[in-house]
Amino acid sequence: MTPRQKRMTLVLSILAGVSVAAWLGMQSFRANVMFFFDPSQIVAGEAPAGERFRLGGMVEKGSVVKTAGTLDIKFLVTDFKHTVAVKYSGILPDLFREGQGVVAHGRLQDGTFVADEILAKHDEKYMPPEVARSLKDNPPPPEPAGT
Amino acid sequence: MIPELGHFALILALVLAGAQAFFGIFGAARGDARWMAVVRPAVAGQFVLVSTAIGALVYAFVTFDFSVLYVASNSNSALPTFYRVAALWGAHEGSLLLWAWILVAWTLAVAMLSRNLPASFASRVMGVLGFVSFGFLLFTVATSNPFERLMPAAADGRDLNPVLQDPALAIHPPMLYMGYVGFSVAFAFACAAMLEGKLDQVWAKWTRPWTTMAWSFLSVGIALGSWWAYYELGWGGYWFWDPVENASFMPWLVGTALIHSLAATEKRGVFKSWTLLLAILAFSLSLLGTFLVRSGVLTSVHSFAADPTRGLFILAFLIIVVGGALALYAWRAPQLKSPAGFEGTAREAFLLYNNIFLVVTAAMVLVGTLAPLIADAMKMPPISVGSPFYDMLFPIFMLPLFVLVSIGIHASWKRGQLANGRNRILAGLAAALVLGLALMFFGYGPGKALTPIGMVLGIWIILSSLFDPIDRLRRKLTLPRAIIGMTVAHIGLGVGVLAVSTVESYTVERDAAIAPGETLALGRYAFRFESIKEIEGPNYDGVRAEVTVMRDGEPITVLHPERRNYWVQRSTLTEAGLASRGSQGLFLALSKELGEGRWSVRAQIRPLIDWVWLAAGLMALGGALATTDRRYRARAAANVPASESIVAQGSAAEAQ
Repeated sequence: MTPRQKRMTLVLSILAGVSVAAWLGMQSFRANVMFFFDPSQIVAGEAPAGERFRLGGMVEKGSVVKTAGTLDIKFLVTDFKHTVAVKYSGILPDLFREGQGVVAHGRLQDGTFVADEILAKHDEKYMPPEVARSLKDNPPPPEPAGT
Repeated sequence: MIPELGHFALILALVLAGAQAFFGIFGAARGDARWMAVVRPAVAGQFVLVSTAIGALVYAFVTFDFSVLYVASNSNSALPTFYRVAALWGAHEGSLLLWAWILVAWTLAVAMLSRNLPASFASRVMGVLGFVSFGFLLFTVATSNPFERLMPAAADGRDLNPVLQDPALAIHPPMLYMGYVGFSVAFAFACAAMLEGKLDQVWAKWTRPWTTMAWSFLSVGIALGSWWAYYELGWGGYWFWDPVENASFMPWLVGTALIHSLAATEKRGVFKSWTLLLAILAFSLSLLGTFLVRSGVLTSVHSFAADPTRGLFILAFLIIVVGGALALYAWRAPQLKSPAGFEGTAREAFLLYNNIFLVVTAAMVLVGTLAPLIADAMKMPPISVGSPFYDMLFPIFMLPLFVLVSIGIHASWKRGQLANGRNRILAGLAAALVLGLALMFFGYGPGKALTPIGMVLGIWIILSSLFDPIDRLRRKLTLPRAIIGMTVAHIGLGVGVLAVSTVESYTVERDAAIAPGETLALGRYAFRFESIKEIEGPNYDGVRAEVTVMRDGEPITVLHPERRNYWVQRSTLTEAGLASRGSQGLFLALSKELGEGRWSVRAQIRPLIDWVWLAAGLMALGGALATTDRRYRARAAANVPASESIVAQGSAAEAQ
């Protein structure tokens, strides 16, 4: 091979390699990207069945039920229009509290969101951006009975 | 009075930075020695002024001056002195001031060590640095003044964010910034070379030590952050692919590519335009990292500040700096020629492969980090890209790179015959196969699919790095620091690959609810929850548990995990109990009380976890050793060859 051909081979193989990398990246991205849904969307049936996604909203006041002495917990997530029941077993983030914003990762099973991860955020003022926007779109009604 | 003095010093520093940029760049363009003579005094003056500003802010912190908003927001009368100083960079405004100060400190180092460089070149380098400094000081003064007064003064401060009240995290930001900002020197050298229209092998020799040093600091900074996340966040892991971690990892990946590309440019005069591009990219990604962290656009534990105007300012600055540099590149790069050819198995080629893999990986991280922001900006449904994306792709890109490292170390410049390299490659691979598989089967037992590959590659890299230095010692040849440094850094890489493979394959973890007197079994280990008692610190109270760790029933150590409630910010923090025994990282984090005397705990056994940080330390040490090689200290003026002008070359090429 002439030097020119050699260089062309090198350039072409690098190009092929980078294309493969980009293709792998696209595939992996498609398989692993997680979408966000708020309770209203879930109640409307927009959330994919059996797939992992992010649920966000506020932990409804008075809804947290713990089984004493275990890691099991149940609570309701609300966007002030609809609520979704969440089940979780594991370590909760320190800032998990009733009336606070929360993001959970998990799957929908028989209408209950079974979470495998509750996001731990270490800032009192922190509000996940998606939750903030969802609540902006659905502001808490002045009279809760109205919804 | 003192805070106003600091504010005033900052404004004067801004003016001097402007003068430094103007006279540095245009003085060199006009070839006016009197204009260029302004630059070094401007740098020195700017250093004194920004140091004064830092000193004023430290003074305000140490003397509890709660009439300064920033002090009142990030400090408290109960905060220990060490953290009152570290609180300086505990939030946005002070972090920027620190950024600016580190930039001026790097510039001062350049000013002092560049007397041997051609006057116009040094002047341009400092001019470009002055421009960057001007941007950051303007940003600080205009949008983020740390000296803003609070009237009336607060009775007491709101305290430093408790997650930052930790020794490792107190020095994490300065180290990280030393790295980020250090890449501005490589960037300035690249811009100066393009303005000058001249890029030769001597240029690469000047640029290399600065780049390697910045890279070493960045390595330390990232490792400190990772270590902190391990014991402080209570999740027990060393890397989460969190957007802010990614923000520091991207410049590191590109910086790693840059130091290798610079080596090829210095030794063989190849990859000139590629090296320039990488220098621009490394600094752009550092700026992007600052933008991502400081604008609060990310869903991340680190986004303490959320202010869109600041984000817009940094974005505009990013566009000016990056856009300007790329425009300069588009204008000058086509005139650059890399004369020397090389074979596909020569060292140049392996460095090229190394660069491709590193840059593609950085691009992958960039896509994952920015995709949620882009989806958001385009009003698409919100998405998030979590660790599964990276966990899947990262090994695909990294494992071939590790093979190439182990082979490429033996390649020689220009010629493709791996001649006596071939035996070393085969010997190293054979030894690594035996050792790696033995370690796996006899040491840890069968793991995951990638486990044997990772272990063998880690050991192969370590062995491959050792051939050349040992050979030199046996032949009684000199062993320059650059070679020692390279060897130490490559061993660090091998140790890191080995450690990460082991941690990822053999970590065992259990969350449980246990009461004092009960035992949590985890593999051969058991954690016996002995007791829990209340504690009180300077600005927090909490509980501390005593947990005895047993191995095969024999007590080996005692852990003291804590749970602290910081009074002022009323936040709760987990301090994990940690110990290392027989290269096993023992971890126990105490979480909430669950009633009936039970506590939720997370226990982990992570083999070789300490080696992950050891690896980063070795890489940084290697970089520091290489930087102090005698070659770089020798008078640069003595060996400046008649430098080829790229413009002249370009016209020569056109003439043909």
